[in-house]
Amino acid sequence: MQIYLPIAEVSVNAFLLLGIGGLVGVLSGMFGVGGGFLITPLLFFIGIPPAVAVATSANQIVASSFSALLAHLKRRTVDIRMGTVLLVGGLIGSLIGVQLFNLLRKLGQVDLLVSLCYVVFLGVIGALMFIESVNAIRKSRRGGPVTRKRHNWIHALPLKIKFRKSGLYISVIPPLVVGIFVGVLAAVMGVGGGFIMVPAMIYLLGMPTKVVIGTSLFQIIFVTAATTLMHATTNYTVDIMLGLLLIVGGVIGAQIGTRIGLMMKAEQLRILLASLVLLVCGKLAYDLLARPAELYSLTPVIL
Amino acid sequence: MILRALLLLVAWALPATAEEEVLAGLSQSRISITADFDGTELLIFGTVKRDAPGDPEAMTGIVVTVSGPAQKVTVRRKERFAGIWINRAAVEVDRAPSFYAIATSAPIRDILSWTEDLRHAVSIPRAIRSVGAPSEVQDSEAFTEALVRIRTGNDLYQDRDSTVELVQDTLFSTSVVLPANLVEGNYTVRILLTRDRQVVTSFDTVIFVQKVGLERFLYTLAHEQPLFYGLLSLLLAVAAGWGASEAFRYIRS
Repeated sequence: MQIYLPIAEVSVNAFLLLGIGGLVGVLSGMFGVGGGFLITPLLFFIGIPPAVAVATSANQIVASSFSALLAHLKRRTVDIRMGTVLLVGGLIGSLIGVQLFNLLRKLGQVDLLVSLCYVVFLGVIGALMFIESVNAIRKSRRGGPVTRKRHNWIHALPLKIKFRKSGLYISVIPPLVVGIFVGVLAAVMGVGGGFIMVPAMIYLLGMPTKVVIGTSLFQIIFVTAATTLMHATTNYTVDIMLGLLLIVGGVIGAQIGTRIGLMMKAEQLRILLASLVLLVCGKLAYDLLARPAELYSLTPVIL
Repeated sequence: MILRALLLLVAWALPATAEEEVLAGLSQSRISITADFDGTELLIFGTVKRDAPGDPEAMTGIVVTVSGPAQKVTVRRKERFAGIWINRAAVEVDRAPSFYAIATSAPIRDILSWTEDLRHAVSIPRAIRSVGAPSEVQDSEAFTEALVRIRTGNDLYQDRDSTVELVQDTLFSTSVVLPANLVEGNYTVRILLTRDRQVVTSFDTVIFVQKVGLERFLYTLAHEQPLFYGLLSLLLAVAAGWGASEAFRYIRS
């Protein structure tokens, strides 16, 4: 069944969109990630204009994260204070990101920026995650305890605040910077940024793992909501019809994914996720490096 | 009074001196883009009205063009830079139709001379106007060629040579398939009657292509009430996320 998307102005198969939403939903349920990093490239691939894909997937992330956040709030695994600091940073970051996006769109380099961001971040995170989980598996086989360094240069910074739920007494600067960084990525890449924020919270800020996911979801929802609004009001690129189809597929997929995720070991899940991230990264890198089939591209403006 | 004015107008509009006249009709004068819009076929048919029988020796031809709203198009070319392919050179094409289809009753050069093609901007390359390229771009033709190539690939430019059926130099008909990725606006249908490769007379009419219903509503809302539209998108997202988790919990229990 073909459906004409009013903002993207293309006609796409509705079941294809439901399928993409569902597939990404399964993965996000399994791994506890928003799935923005998969949905945006997939939308490029089926011919949705990049600007619409980025803006609409931000909207989709709000939906997929909302029910998860509710569950975390019930379990009291959200550090609201830390989340708020990250959120303030995130809002500043997304404001910068949307401006950057507009500037590069005018220069005709937005596709390049988005692809480069994907290749760099997915590559780095995927590789780190892969190495880390391989090590964790080896360690658990040897039976040794997993140790983590607690004190580093982070603790020397000023403006310290007590984050009771995380059991931390650290400066607000590192979480603020992490927040800004994730906000920029959210606006430019159409992702929630969980795949950057979660490792940063664990390794950089030293937060306990049990509050990390809930807190990052808290930040992601507000930042992606703000990004959606900014894209909607400045670029008019949020396609509600596209969003709705992805969301319907996504929320159903997420429930299935959660079931699958419960049946697997944490290290196995992480290795799988790392391979998936590296696969997407490899595909995008190949597209940048290989000679494209069509060297020319068109940007029309109605007279 | 009004009647007399109308009569005058009609008398003035009818070319008294012309021996031939093209009369044509379309299968639809308004195309609505609805949610399930997947392209449409446009039938164009008509007749050549003559006061006296035409010269049997001369070659009669019919050329039908359908042209979408004009656009300014920036054509960019990728070049390899530091190992990766990025957009470098850009040429602005001042005026290119968003859609253009040309159908003829015989190979175009047999029924339309080069100068007439240029004068009436008939064939696809002539319908595109590109004034100048920035000085650093030497091969600006390559950019207009790319524009035609890409749009032809998307069925937005169609060169349908010898697809107009012409019966006894009088009755003609053809069809043009409009693809799903249409731009909104007024589409001009032009029918040229040629004899000995010269344009004798022409007929113009307009088709309105417009989003309707939900499509129209959402598009207007997104552009005129962007904040409200954005909030609506978010509300839908939150409702769907929450609704799904509740529904699944209900199923499980």
